Amino acid sequence: MYKIAKENLSALFQTIAETKELYLPVKISGQVNFAAWDEEAEVSLETLKTVKSPKDAFFPQSETLYTCKKEGKKITIDPEALKEKEFVVFGMKACDVKGLEVLDKVFLSDPVDTYYAARREHGIIVAMACHEPEESCFCKVFGVDCAEPAADVSVWMVEGTLYWKAGTEKGEALTKSVESLLSPVEEEKKDGLAAGISELEKLELEKQKIRGIVEQLPYTQLSLEGWGKEENLDEKFNSPKWEELYHPCLACGTCTFVCPTCQCYDIKDYDTGHGIKRYRCWDSCMYSDFTMMAHGNNRTSQMQRFRQRFMHKLMYFPVNNDGMFSCVGCGRCVEKCPASLNIVKVIKAMGGDQ
Amino acid sequence: MQELVTRAKELLADGTVVRVLGWKRGDLSYNPEPAYFNSQEELEQFVYDGFCGANLSKYMIEGSKKEGKTLVFLKPCDTYSFNQLIKEHRVDRDKAYIIGVGCRGKLDVEKIKAQGIKGIQNISGAGIEEDTDTLNIRTIYGDKTCTYGSAMLERCHVCKGKEHMIFDEEIGESKDTKDADRFAEIEKIEAMSPEEKFAFFQKELSKCIRCNACRNVCPACSCRKCVFDSNQFDSAQKANVDSFEEKMFHIIRAFHVAGRCTDCGECSRVCPQGIPLHLFNRKFIKDINELYGEYQAGADTESKGPLTSFTFEDAEPGIVVERR
Repeated sequence: MYKIAKENLSALFQTIAETKELYLPVKISGQVNFAAWDEEAEVSLETLKTVKSPKDAFFPQSETLYTCKKEGKKITIDPEALKEKEFVVFGMKACDVKGLEVLDKVFLSDPVDTYYAARREHGIIVAMACHEPEESCFCKVFGVDCAEPAADVSVWMVEGTLYWKAGTEKGEALTKSVESLLSPVEEEKKDGLAAGISELEKLELEKQKIRGIVEQLPYTQLSLEGWGKEENLDEKFNSPKWEELYHPCLACGTCTFVCPTCQCYDIKDYDTGHGIKRYRCWDSCMYSDFTMMAHGNNRTSQMQRFRQRFMHKLMYFPVNNDGMFSCVGCGRCVEKCPASLNIVKVIKAMGGDQ
Repeated sequence: MQELVTRAKELLADGTVVRVLGWKRGDLSYNPEPAYFNSQEELEQFVYDGFCGANLSKYMIEGSKKEGKTLVFLKPCDTYSFNQLIKEHRVDRDKAYIIGVGCRGKLDVEKIKAQGIKGIQNISGAGIEEDTDTLNIRTIYGDKTCTYGSAMLERCHVCKGKEHMIFDEEIGESKDTKDADRFAEIEKIEAMSPEEKFAFFQKELSKCIRCNACRNVCPACSCRKCVFDSNQFDSAQKANVDSFEEKMFHIIRAFHVAGRCTDCGECSRVCPQGIPLHLFNRKFIKDINELYGEYQAGADTESKGPLTSFTFEDAEPGIVVERR
């Protein structure tokens, strides 16, 4: 366990950025999102939730896969280079880290997505505890402990001090590279607080405080009963509730694009005039051309598209992945849906008592 | 609010309407959602308070296709959108029974959160009849207050007025919430150099995540198939690419709704990235006022739009050079 004073964080970022790319929550035009660090960046570690999740760092919203060029009768295909440089994503939250576990199930299963795998291999995650969880959070429902984020490095910000604990080999290596800026936490030493407690005890108290807050959150007691079980699949799919629930949906992609676990993408060609760039970009099951095939579309109404999103997260995914839900309770959709619809309302309307 | 529920129940009971389009209570104190109510029993979930910002006019495009009449609650600013939709033959006036509801300004929870208020458990003072200028907010982190005005949507600070442009009956009083000049922000941008303007909009628009919320909520964006969704043409664009958002999507959308946008402000309300999209539309409105004479889209259902009619007094294209 190490520590660093809050005012020295910019030096820490500077040091990390000397050898690696560094992404962290940055405020741009009033909104905080993960972005590359530079000296002018307005870093905002206090922000609980970035608008978009940090999944872009591993699975960018748009990326070129390969480029085709035609010269005479010769066609060349150049695949995009895979990520080779190490990068650090600093300030991910426990829910976002859990979101990556969901993405891993998709992209690291056979056939492995090499673009994603390369980013996972070179990405180092520094995850931060959520010191002030908010009413839209419900990570505990999905077994996430926001007081104890597990990643390459876990950090806590307590009273102007950032506590730093490496959890993996990658994390140990990162710790070593910035060791000169960190000071070790002397585990036994009482630091002269009124209560006479050590810093480690202080940190434990902070974690308890966080867990206490989580218990008070309005969605913490949400029941997932009935979801994620194959035997309930038809019943949920055929429920008349979908017809009532979907009405306010604007069919925009906000929920899918702020979500840390939505993983669907489209692949398209861009004609550059002298070749083709084949790219992929996030798709949304809310869109009318989602999973469009030669014969047309197998979901022809917004109700069906709306149902797909929640059935995927709460039924199909867990049924196919040993019970792992593909929602992590980050609550971004709760905050951002323009029609105030969200997964919590769906779980409540169709859950438990059904 | 109870008066609205009572009246809705009466209209359902006497067969004037077969359903009600309003707002349904959310599961937090600030997230009501647009909803259809088909019975008196369902109306128990009805709510109308400061957080019912959603403009229900566009939902009436679907409502018009349903069997029978729909009772729809419209705030004064929403009625402009409804009129415009009538003019564009997108809603059926005969399928709507409009109750014009009073409004004391609509609230934006983001504005409350921007004041450092987090962990909201309950908000009181947002009711439509309440005569308080203070919102009392109970949070996990202690009790907080903020003024009603400080939590209002931008559009309410430049409110178009308390009159409903179209209605079958009116219920409730409205308040004057206008305390800013509608075009002040536009004038500020007009005073910038071209480079500054470009930098300003580039910074704002590069935040865009291509979620289409602005387009999908917009009552003026009612094309059955948007050119940017159409996979028949190369214009389809799903990728999130800054150059597209900065130079194409929002600009083209602004041009397409010019002369038809009522300035309802829904685009800015729903943007997850807080992009002030209304600025584009308002710039067009200001230009139209200056070049074609004062015009408010949606003030009526008959008049020809400034950009869809020809007169010999119309501005010549050369005006662009003169005004530069």
